[in-house]
Amino acid sequence: MAQPVLETSPPVSDEVRKTTCYMCACRCGINVHLKKDADGNNRVAYIEGNRDHPVNKGVLCAKGSAGIMQVTAPSRLKAPLKRVGERGEGKFEEISWDEALDLATEWLAPLRDKAPEKLAFFTGRDQSQSFTSLFAQAYGTPNYAAHGGFCSVNMAAAGIYTMGGAFWEFGQPDWDRTKLFMLFGVAEDHDSNPIKMGLGKLKERGAKVIGVNPIRSGYNAIADEWVGITPGTDGLLILSLVHLLMSAGKIDFDYLANYTNAACLVNSDPDSPDYGLILKDDEGRALVMDRAEKRPRCFDKPDVQPDLTAVWENNGITHKPVFHLMLDRYLDKKYAPEAIADQVGISATRIRAIAAEIARVAFDEAIELDQPWTDFRGNKHDKMIGRPVAFHAMRGISAHSNGFQTCRSLHMLQIILGAVETPGGFRFKPPYPKPATAHPKPHSKVTPGAPLDGPHLGYPQGPGDLALDADGNPIRIDKAFSWENPLSAHGMMHMVIANAHAGDPYKIDTLFMYMANMAWNSSMNTAGTIKMLTDKDENGDYVIPRFIYSDAYSSETVAYADLILPDTTYLERHDCISLLDRPICEADAVADAIRWPVIEPDRNVRGFQSVLCELGARLNLPGFVDGEGNQKYADYADYITNHIRRPGIGPLAGFRNADGTGGGRGEANPDQLDAYIENGGFWMEHVPEEASYYKPWNKGYQEWAVAKGFFDAEQPYLFQLYVEPLRRMQAAAEGVGEIQPPEHLRARLREAMDPLPIWTEPFGEQVSHEDYPLHALTQRPMAMYHSWGSQNAWLRQIHGRNPMYVPTKVWEANGFAEGDWAKVSSPHGSITVPVAHMAALNSETIWTWNAIGKRKGAWALDKDAPEATKGFLLNHLISDLLPPKEDGMRYSNSDPVTGQAAWFDLRVRVEKVSAPTEAQPSFPVLPDLGVGQ
Amino acid sequence: MHPAPSIIVFTVLSGLGFGLLAFLGLNMPDVSGWVLFVFFAVGYGLAGAGLLASTFHLGHPERAMLAFTQWKTSWLSREGILSVACLVVLGLYALLAVFFDTKLGWLGALGSVLAVATVFATSMIYGQLKTVPRWNHWTTPALFLSLSIGGGALLASKSEFAGLVLLFAAALQIYAYYDGDTRFKARGHSLNSATGLDTGPMRLFEAPHTGSNYLMKEMIHQIGRKHAQKLRLIGMGFGLILPAILLLFAHVGHVLVVPIILSHLAGMFVLRWLFFAEAEHVVGLYYGKHG
Amino acid sequence: MTQLPALTDKKLGLVIDLDTCVGCHACVVSCKGWNTENYGAPLSDQDAYGADPSGTFLNRVHSYEITPKDAPAQVVHFPKSCLHCEDAPCVTVCPTGASYKRVEDGIVLVNEDACIGCGLCAWACPYGAREMDQEEKVMKKCTLCVDRIYNENLPEEDRQPACVRTCPAGARHFGDFNDPASNVSTLVAERGGMDLMAEQGTKPVNKYLPPRPKTDAQPEPEIDILAPLLAPIASDSKGFLGWLDRTLDKLPGA
Ligand SMILES: Nc1nc2c(c(=O)[nH]1)N[C@H]1C(S)=C(S)[C@@H](COP(=O)(O)OP(=O)(O)OC[C@H]3O[C@@H](n4cnc5c(=O)[nH]c(N)nc54)[C@H](O)[C@@H]3O)O[C@H]1N2
Ligand SMILES: Nc1nc2c(c(=O)[nH]1)N[C@H]1C(S)=C(S)[C@@H](COP(=O)(O)OP(=O)(O)OC[C@H]3O[C@@H](n4cnc5c(=O)[nH]c(N)nc54)[C@H](O)[C@@H]3O)O[C@H]1N2
Ligand code: SF4
Ligand code: SF4
Ligand code: SF4
Ligand code: SF4
Ligand code: SF4
Ligand SMILES: [Mo]
Repeated sequence: MAQPVLETSPPVSDEVRKTTCYMCACRCGINVHLKKDADGNNRVAYIEGNRDHPVNKGVLCAKGSAGIMQVTAPSRLKAPLKRVGERGEGKFEEISWDEALDLATEWLAPLRDKAPEKLAFFTGRDQSQSFTSLFAQAYGTPNYAAHGGFCSVNMAAAGIYTMGGAFWEFGQPDWDRTKLFMLFGVAEDHDSNPIKMGLGKLKERGAKVIGVNPIRSGYNAIADEWVGITPGTDGLLILSLVHLLMSAGKIDFDYLANYTNAACLVNSDPDSPDYGLILKDDEGRALVMDRAEKRPRCFDKPDVQPDLTAVWENNGITHKPVFHLMLDRYLDKKYAPEAIADQVGISATRIRAIAAEIARVAFDEAIELDQPWTDFRGNKHDKMIGRPVAFHAMRGISAHSNGFQTCRSLHMLQIILGAVETPGGFRFKPPYPKPATAHPKPHSKVTPGAPLDGPHLGYPQGPGDLALDADGNPIRIDKAFSWENPLSAHGMMHMVIANAHAGDPYKIDTLFMYMANMAWNSSMNTAGTIKMLTDKDENGDYVIPRFIYSDAYSSETVAYADLILPDTTYLERHDCISLLDRPICEADAVADAIRWPVIEPDRNVRGFQSVLCELGARLNLPGFVDGEGNQKYADYADYITNHIRRPGIGPLAGFRNADGTGGGRGEANPDQLDAYIENGGFWMEHVPEEASYYKPWNKGYQEWAVAKGFFDAEQPYLFQLYVEPLRRMQAAAEGVGEIQPPEHLRARLREAMDPLPIWTEPFGEQVSHEDYPLHALTQRPMAMYHSWGSQNAWLRQIHGRNPMYVPTKVWEANGFAEGDWAKVSSPHGSITVPVAHMAALNSETIWTWNAIGKRKGAWALDKDAPEATKGFLLNHLISDLLPPKEDGMRYSNSDPVTGQAAWFDLRVRVEKVSAPTEAQPSFPVLPDLGVGQ
Repeated sequence: MHPAPSIIVFTVLSGLGFGLLAFLGLNMPDVSGWVLFVFFAVGYGLAGAGLLASTFHLGHPERAMLAFTQWKTSWLSREGILSVACLVVLGLYALLAVFFDTKLGWLGALGSVLAVATVFATSMIYGQLKTVPRWNHWTTPALFLSLSIGGGALLASKSEFAGLVLLFAAALQIYAYYDGDTRFKARGHSLNSATGLDTGPMRLFEAPHTGSNYLMKEMIHQIGRKHAQKLRLIGMGFGLILPAILLLFAHVGHVLVVPIILSHLAGMFVLRWLFFAEAEHVVGLYYGKHG
Repeated sequence: MTQLPALTDKKLGLVIDLDTCVGCHACVVSCKGWNTENYGAPLSDQDAYGADPSGTFLNRVHSYEITPKDAPAQVVHFPKSCLHCEDAPCVTVCPTGASYKRVEDGIVLVNEDACIGCGLCAWACPYGAREMDQEEKVMKKCTLCVDRIYNENLPEEDRQPACVRTCPAGARHFGDFNDPASNVSTLVAERGGMDLMAEQGTKPVNKYLPPRPKTDAQPEPEIDILAPLLAPIASDSKGFLGWLDRTLDKLPGA
């Protein structure tokens, strides 16, 4: 037999359509290959990465490729549903869209005229927040937010307040130039593909990677050096590095003096009402001592030489530069490596070695680019100096109750090295940098029948910006921007159901949620949440009277809603990934993107945003109806094309003006979406060369940013090592000012609202270490996205169940063997789960993959699916409230600054038990919604 | 390896069948007419049933003809060709012998050689596999051949010879166990060699999929040591030693031979089951087995 | 056809960099996707939404833990597909000639029309690179994306295996090992590319680059040389400020 003749050039597909992936929030560009089936309908045949796309440049992750199985999953909802049985019973009746929208209008219209705050509209994994918030604003409820509060607001808020941007969508390491990369607490991150691509680049160049993580898997497995830190102590490690670098003078004084508020003068007289505030001129601009003129001058004067050392005495009041306060704090021996080594679980020698390595690379291997630029003071520079040390971090440091200050500490570390916005360091992605002062402040003023007074979320600058009523009570149902967590910039979705159930601060009427699996993996205290959703009052009515929910699949939460608005899958709808929202830019480019229906839905489902366009019109909301009271936007595509936010600015920045030439600013273009489709589903424009670094202070960048419409006037600013808004809150806690926190919060606010980064023990540590000797964590599996990957036939073969990984010490102490099970208990509850051994793990820590465990019957899986019988959620062990204090008070399990959920503060105990028939606790089987097999 | 019933049935029965046919081709026992017919029918029945059983194992039996093409390299192909050749040659021989009372000695001898060669080819399908060190050894063909010849002799009423061969087979089997038990390690197969990584002891941290797959079902069957020891004794006892003792020391008539054959057959099934169940495939290393 | 060619014109294969692979399974799924639609029968799944889901994959990523004597334990992610061996035992055992190694590029393939599904080739492969599809009952294996690498319907830059094109970390490289100047040959030479289970004598074409030595390999790093770098300037802020003033004053222009 001869070697068979092969067709090596078979046709690949009938057509390729380019859109944006949404198997996770990374938003890569995809080429969707379509083939026609026998009936001539398009069928998705293959999905690959779009090479031209700024985010993924052609690569695609496991989830992205598996999208093809998502759009055929049996779990897809098929039609609007109205509950007919009891909540959780899963008895629904299919209704038409007209009926569904009638019902929603019937519920929501009277509410708006009476008490709009009784609608709580929270959107989970929302990528259209600039639109959904518009709806909530027009409706007039203060109760709107997306999921950031339980996700990583610590990271975002600490970054914005400190330097006008954070990691992930705000910025990225200079992958092409960095020589030392240090990664704190990241398993996967939102920037899934870019981080992998970046690590690949570092590896190709042989740059060094240090992974700081209790667990050595994934990115940390390929790190050249692993720092298996004890959870919750990163702040200490970072401050110790700061201590060593500062003591040795290995910091960038020039950078500190010119680009940060280190030279700004702080009122240092404890008796002054302005104690701790920064000295300003009459126009509110910060003052620094001029080293030449020996007098305070405005920080942005062209010839000013900010002095890091000089003190200014005026009218008997001493003003010290921020830098003095930093020296006073961080040179203290309590941050010496020897003092903290035991607590962080890393030897003092290793900490010193890491500091030395950072110093060596930052200063001895500094790089210089021959790229002239002009700073905001008007001074010309002929070079860009780089400190090729870059840092990145995510939830490992932010999802602790000390996360805000830990994230601040890390930003301070990069800033004192001069490694932010310099070659080889950390770089912002447009439209960042953008200082906290350039962001809105939170708005919460309710007027029945009228819109809210402004955007819900923002960055408070002081007590006056909090969302408190005249009596000092929280205005928002989630108590965001209250004294419990003043800087909760993303709201606190995780508190909504609990607070609404408790009627604290008040009862609500309708809970309206979108894309958040609150009855399962996105809640702490899952069983408690389910109970709150099903609880009835003395009249037999549900305590939370109405629950409208939009999901695309039969998730656990669907069973608890009264009205289900079935969404399309991501390949069947329009979406816009907007600069007004959470953009997809790269450090070198501004970019935004769309999704569009590359296939038609085969079910009676509608894109949620289009549904909101219609619901808004039915409710007669301003902005959703035209002059004649008719529906203003036929659907979301219409909105994306025609909505104008500010003059010249719409949801999409690309191809504006009738001729499609406008980039950034311009009139609406009726053919804009076609232009995007033509261009591969996205728009991108490169940052000019001279603007590529030093962006906050770079005249070239500032001008370009205004031209592109990121802001309307240039706004150079100094990095805030010392954060004055924090001090204002702290001062209130000390008794200064009119707006005062309640007594019971004073002490913790005084500590938490420190204007300089500080480490405090996570609240979770307050439980007995004897009873609960171990830390328990979760990690994102790279090939699975939260709860929604399990319905995917391919992905569930990779991660169909999750063991609890325990370190060698625990494995041996319990005499565990392969196949064993253990009972894992926290102060909140216990679970019984399979265990597995991992040696490359901090010896005080156990962990499992996040959100693999499923409730029986959900997601159209067999009730004996391994996800339900062997998989489990750690969430059953995590409480939304901390154990009671001596005074009986129970604080929420979150960061006192931002309200970020402290998922990783958990302490547990492990005991070997005989194998149960299935993982415990097990919940009743959810009934088939008629969507299953 | 996964002990697939079809393959166990195939190898045991066809081994026995071709063993018997080998004797018939050499005119042992020296019978003719209907008696010879019955002997041949038994031989063909066993060999044929075995071959038939083996096709159950195939995903596409309808393409089985293609399996005769690759005799240059493939023992499986050779086995197929040899078995058919053997059955054709001995069929002709039997036809002439039973119905025309003409025994062509050279034709019978050729058939016998083909029968033995078939068994050898079968054994080499396993014996050639470097991936299964326990099989990849001269003891595999030696055992297959001696078991087939022993069993054939038993069926051909060559009691004493059968007894001796089965005893020899038992000894060989013991040696095969003894040597085979350590061969995997002796050949240097380890997770370190499998991955090329040698910086320290290794173990599987996570399997590639939490779901199972063909490889795990087919290649990674593991049987407990204690269990195996017991089965080895049972298999050798019933399959080899008991029949051998009876064959050598008891007077075996037409009646006693039936339980002996049954005992041998039962033992053989156990031994053959073990042959597969105990075989460690090197791919198991990647899945954290045989470490 | 089960005779192996004495020489192949090209020797195409993969280099997999274990120092870079983060274990994301992207290559696994993109391979599944491509090969479900392309060469031969689709890769089927059994009990896809049920209690015991399984399916055919041509590429799977294992992870291993190494516990060196004097260093912290390590995790290595380990992707594995067909290595397109030069002495491919899977080919020579095949009774039908369905398995063969291409003369022009050395790719080992299964001609599914001739495969009887006997499974012997999978037994003969030391690496677990062949899986019998439970639906089609034919042997499936990595094709090195033979229907991509020469495919004129694909843009030139996409004429590489699906797994290589998709790998986010760039841990997979495709090329001709017969060409000493190719990317794969260079990588193997520079980074010490190695064979899997060399003792099986299969002469795999695919090579693996070992993880680079970890710098935390010694529990207590030696910092003597570096220590002076971080010698403290002063023990308190006053001393520090004095030092800073002196330093700044020394700068030109001060
Ligand atoms: N133990 C533990 N728990 C955690 C975390 C942790 O680290 N540990 N992490 C927390 C964090 S950071 C987060 S962000 C949350 C995430 O938790 P969730 O925000 O609840 O995320 P998912 O589970 O993905 O649920 C999103 C819901 O959106 C639905 N959905 C998917 N696609 C669409 C669509 O196109 N349209 C609509 N309308 N719906 C869709 C899904 O079916 C699912 O029901 O989990 C939190 N929970
Ligand atoms: N594939 C996939 N990608 C995702 C998601 C997904 O579900 N799947 N979810 C998306 C979402 S919503 C989010 S918020 C991001 C989150 O992305 P990540 O920030 O990577 O979140 P986690 O997976 O929770 O990983 C937290 C990491 O921090 C480590 N860690 C925990 N405590 C500490 C500590 O005290 N110190 C240090 N140094 N490390 C610690 C854990 O070991 C873990 O490696 O991922 C996004 N991307
Ligand atoms: S990281 Fe993966 S799942 Fe997320 S958008 Fe990109 S390709 Fe899709
Ligand atoms: S895609 Fe690349 S990084 Fe991911 S598992 Fe495969 S080889 Fe490793
Ligand atoms: S890896 Fe296995 S299947 Fe591939 S050529 Fe080598 S022996 Fe054959
Ligand atoms: S399964 Fe197919 S390819 Fe493999 S040896 Fe048998 S016939 Fe050949
Ligand atoms: S080369 Fe092609 S067939 Fe082979 S593993 Fe990669 S994607 Fe799969
Ligand atoms: Mo998140």
